[in-house]
Amino acid sequence: MNKWIVPLINEVGSLNKSGVRLPDVKLPFDLPTDLKRKDLNLPGATEPEVVRHYTKLSKLNYAIDEGIYPLGSCTMKYNPKLGEQIANLPDVKNLHPSQDESTIQGLLEIGWSLERMLCEITGMDACTLQPAAGAQGELVGLLIARAYFEALKRGRTQVCLPDSAHGTNPASATMAGYEVIEIPSKKGRVDIDGLKKAVTENTAVFMLTNPNTLGLFEKDIKEIARVVHSKGALLYYDGANLNGLMGWARPGDMGFDIAHLNLHKTFASPHGGGGPGSGPICVKERLSDFLPIPRIKKSGTEERYSLEYDYPKSIGKIHSYYGNWGVIVRAYCYLLLMGNEIKKAAGQAVLNANYLKKKITQSGWYVEPYKDVCKHEFVLSCKKLLEKKGVRALNVAKRLLDYGVHPPTIYFPLIVPECLMIEPTETESKRELDNYAKILRDIAEEDAETLKNAPVSTPVKRVDEVQAARKPLLTWKELVSISAERK
Amino acid sequence: MEIREGLLYSKNHEWVKVLDGKAKIGITDYAQSKLGDIVFVELPEIGKELKKGEVICILESVKAASDVYSAVDCSVEEVNDRLSNEPELLNKSPYDDGWICIVSMKNKDQPKELLSPESYKKETEK
Repeated sequence: MNKWIVPLINEVGSLNKSGVRLPDVKLPFDLPTDLKRKDLNLPGATEPEVVRHYTKLSKLNYAIDEGIYPLGSCTMKYNPKLGEQIANLPDVKNLHPSQDESTIQGLLEIGWSLERMLCEITGMDACTLQPAAGAQGELVGLLIARAYFEALKRGRTQVCLPDSAHGTNPASATMAGYEVIEIPSKKGRVDIDGLKKAVTENTAVFMLTNPNTLGLFEKDIKEIARVVHSKGALLYYDGANLNGLMGWARPGDMGFDIAHLNLHKTFASPHGGGGPGSGPICVKERLSDFLPIPRIKKSGTEERYSLEYDYPKSIGKIHSYYGNWGVIVRAYCYLLLMGNEIKKAAGQAVLNANYLKKKITQSGWYVEPYKDVCKHEFVLSCKKLLEKKGVRALNVAKRLLDYGVHPPTIYFPLIVPECLMIEPTETESKRELDNYAKILRDIAEEDAETLKNAPVSTPVKRVDEVQAARKPLLTWKELVSISAERK
Repeated sequence: MEIREGLLYSKNHEWVKVLDGKAKIGITDYAQSKLGDIVFVELPEIGKELKKGEVICILESVKAASDVYSAVDCSVEEVNDRLSNEPELLNKSPYDDGWICIVSMKNKDQPKELLSPESYKKETEK
């Protein structure tokens, strides 16, 4: 018997009991018979059964509140509880999106102020908070670029990006109708000669993450911007890695024209688990007319805020209402809480990453593909473990679960074989970092069989990823019928 | 790891078998071992015209999605429909049952630019 097996609420409850007492309802008319259903199989459970069910489920989870969560390129930093408190105030939480503007002046002020702050941090001129996450931000950014070139009556059909780019970059470019040109990296950074060959009068955008996905700062960024702009193309900043330079350097000053940010990464709002994200887009002035509508406007001596729709060049609507406000409010709180100390946070994130890299590589098992000072994250290869023991990065990641910590991102970027991509963030103390390095060393010295069978202490053991991809079971009914067949 | 005689190879790890004006295309044993278990194949449409270096097929493994590039200028004549339901053929039998498509070549001299089994072997050892 495994104590982690939590029955479904349907299996706990039964149809002939109920934990709630509903008042008798007398309808003034007869309910049409086709609207009456008895086959819904709604579970009836008592209040303690419901509470225990969800408490058990919550214990199956792993979260940043429980321990280190060093997923590279995800910036899983601590989410201050103050942000939760503010976002859960009734005045924030209970607002209706269709309320009259005069009754949500405070909320609009938060949005407007956050836009100004993000413009300051990125060195840009205008901002929209609407995109629901980074990938939608990318698509919006590329649609803005598209609208810009169409307004100039210059059709361009290609988007260039390095082979270390996040997978969302080529996906967004394809969705925006562009052909993707991939540029091979040189020693872990953009190859300027390759860039010069790839960027032409037909290039709309060069998309770049800086620091890049190997955690390395693109030192030639000024030259990259010059090459891209010399052909009339735009430079796009993938903000996934802004935590490596927030407060120290600004994408706008480096020559970027469009930037997306991830409030759920850099600005400490909750992340993952299906919760909403937020991927604001910041642009230079010449692109501001193309931002999606509505836009928050501040006007008059009384400083009234309003949502404005009259922007004829806008790419249009991209999100219901004006984005994910719960996330926007938390990010605003984070910035007010931190103030100028965001610079210290980024500095600490970089120091933590370099310290942890040094600690992990000291064991000799994990190899640094491009030896250099990193920014907020770094990539190590497990190829030595593969050669010596037949153990892959996947096995190391699975085994980390048995030690009660979250694994890093694995197999990304694609240009490094058997890689671990580790981002500790500024959240972790020296003690936590030392512990993580020690666990990785201990794992490397375990026997191969143990690693290949890991994890053994988790609610779900090693999953069959191939079957999960080839024949996914997506509903409870499918699972029940398959289990019955197997019996 | 097998590198089969009688085939030509591209640096992007595709094999080509030339049969009078036509070419059969697949990925190498080396490519499938690097990709890991392949779980999805997006086959090209029949009749699609491709230039050398353009994406002919998309493979998705448990690790990542990867493009397969056409090694020659061609138009697609026939695809291996079995791959839609049995993508594992690319892992199990990359040179036989896991072939991807048959194309008619636009330029009969192009195969000369491809690698011999010996040169491809050197390429994988780099």
